[in-house]
Amino acid sequence: MIAQIIFVVLFAAAVAWFSFNVRRITRYINLGRDIKRNDQPWKRWKTMFRVALGQSKMVTRPVAGILHIFVYAGFIIINIEVLEIIVDGVAGTHRVFAPLGAFYDFLIGSFEILAFLVFAACAVFLIRRNVLRLKRFHLKEMTAWPRSDANIILITEILLMTAFLTMNASDFLLQQRHVGHYLTAGSFPVSSVVASLMSNLSSESLVSIERFCWWFHILGILAFLNYVPYSKHFHIFLSFPNTWYSNLENKGRLNNMENVTREVKLMLDPSASPTAGNDAPQRFGAKDVFDLTWKQLMDAYSCTECGRCTSVCPANLTGKLLSPRKIMMDTRDRLEEAGRLIDKNGKEFRDGKSLLDRITKEEIWACTSCNACTEACPVNIDPLSIIIDLRRYLVMEESGAPAELGNMFTKIENNGAPWQFAQADRFNWTTNT
Amino acid sequence: MDFKVETMAEYAARGETPEVLFWIGCAASFDERAQKVTRAVAKILHASGVRFAVLGTEESCTGDPAKRAGNEFLFQMQAMSNIQVLNGYGVTKVVTACPHCYNTLKNEYRELGGNYELVHHSELIQQLLDQGRLKVEGGHFAGKKITFHDPCYLGRGNNIYEAPRSVIHKLDAALFEMKRSREKGFCCGAGGAQIFKEPEKGNKDVNVERTEEALGLSPDIIAVGCPFCMIMMTDGVKSFNKESQVQVMDVAELIARAADL
Repeated sequence: MIAQIIFVVLFAAAVAWFSFNVRRITRYINLGRDIKRNDQPWKRWKTMFRVALGQSKMVTRPVAGILHIFVYAGFIIINIEVLEIIVDGVAGTHRVFAPLGAFYDFLIGSFEILAFLVFAACAVFLIRRNVLRLKRFHLKEMTAWPRSDANIILITEILLMTAFLTMNASDFLLQQRHVGHYLTAGSFPVSSVVASLMSNLSSESLVSIERFCWWFHILGILAFLNYVPYSKHFHIFLSFPNTWYSNLENKGRLNNMENVTREVKLMLDPSASPTAGNDAPQRFGAKDVFDLTWKQLMDAYSCTECGRCTSVCPANLTGKLLSPRKIMMDTRDRLEEAGRLIDKNGKEFRDGKSLLDRITKEEIWACTSCNACTEACPVNIDPLSIIIDLRRYLVMEESGAPAELGNMFTKIENNGAPWQFAQADRFNWTTNT
Repeated sequence: MDFKVETMAEYAARGETPEVLFWIGCAASFDERAQKVTRAVAKILHASGVRFAVLGTEESCTGDPAKRAGNEFLFQMQAMSNIQVLNGYGVTKVVTACPHCYNTLKNEYRELGGNYELVHHSELIQQLLDQGRLKVEGGHFAGKKITFHDPCYLGRGNNIYEAPRSVIHKLDAALFEMKRSREKGFCCGAGGAQIFKEPEKGNKDVNVERTEEALGLSPDIIAVGCPFCMIMMTDGVKSFNKESQVQVMDVAELIARAADL
């Protein structure tokens, strides 16, 4: 009975803390500007099913892709087992779903195989990061915390799977020995192998191990659940909405700035109504996270720092400072900073800092807008749109374009071409043979 | 040119409308190397009996480099005045050999009142070949090794990967793919207004990285479909002193030569 009460209290606390953080992150994302992203719902569902659920962009790199599918499938499917564990924890039962019989055996057997695959995949991931030291996991922006974050996640998953399999192994032995309430249920393709190492142990020890692993596993899951909102691992939740709200336009298209359209129309036609859209004047482009859209902010929280974007970025691959992953990490870190200050000091609070304190001009101007990053991202994050919005701010609010680009603007203004050529010479290509 | 390229104004004066507007673009109007591509496209259109017209001196920058460099004001000024000209002539269909113009005209003029059907020249050439309006002899390129460099704004930007390849397949040449091709194509380094400035500090130029990849296949020809890629890849080939062995050519030039135009 005491165990049940402890379980219910801890479980409720974990859920409450998690939902507190989900609300906090939702609030921060909503600090962004509005953008309409709910047209063509059918296409959006299709995109989400294909990209997030179907992992279509993960498998373009088969090794990481397939290992990730193991972990992902394990995570989703083993949750059915967590449901049983929760019911057992609340009701004080043991293997409450056991009456499902053969189907139960099938479920437990599948969970075991998945658990083993998760274990193995995480081990390979750890090796890739720490032994093989794949380049994209050790670039400049991968400072101490992002690297630890990744390792904490992988080690936690390995520990959870170990606890789950050890729990099953001791349960399996106790079932064979017909000890107490350990009724015969489930099939144990993996843990029966583990059990052979534990067969010398007394039944009392096995009960202790089984109970310890049961508690370690479920408390570990609850703790991990609450770690995720502080970690890059939040992608496990946001990749679904983030792909649903994907940009469905051709990637080559940059969005139209309506506040500029209004001004340009006024310039071209003074009789146009200056109050046509009388929203509060809006900054041109983005200096800080508040100038980005909520989708761009959701992108930032959906990023799990895999670095596929950066590993295909032509600027980064030729030694420039720009890294699309860093753009996303900086956006998220700045939003966390600004959001927490707002929580403390009120909605209008600004600390005088901005996203541009984290992202330098050298990074922003190195982008070729080639869309390799957006194509590579497994959850359809768009770092390019942030880079362009930062450029817009620099150019239109601060006249901060590099001198050569300033010259290019002048040439377009003066002679309708980005080079110094006379408009009258435009047709010379026919005669210039 | 052994035929007259007509302007929209001339068509309008006769009260006629051409089948398609050939949008040249700044690079293809002024850059001497790119002008050759422009002439090749014009010859192909003419030889296929396509009734096309150009804007001539009425054309102006689409605003693409301004928009990508963050100057939305300048972009929209350009866009609105171009739309006025295009809509004034009742233009509905546009062909261009510049993927940057293609992208801007197709995707970024819509909200400002410009709705046009856009065709990249490789798509139009493919159609003309498929319809039999244009015929090529493969002989010129028999046994040649060609690799195609995907322009970002044609490929990833607008999902056109097959048209230029299917055009190259009409030649008796062997098409070799670089490891980074199609969706994974690697930029030439020109886009996003980069071509108008010095690159940021790094350890290599983007075009050199890309050319190195292409040269790894020991091709006879690096085929492109964009005037900016043409400039960047040509410079890249020069940086390896390979200009006597490897040619950089637009798909239109390949076809024009194969068709003896």
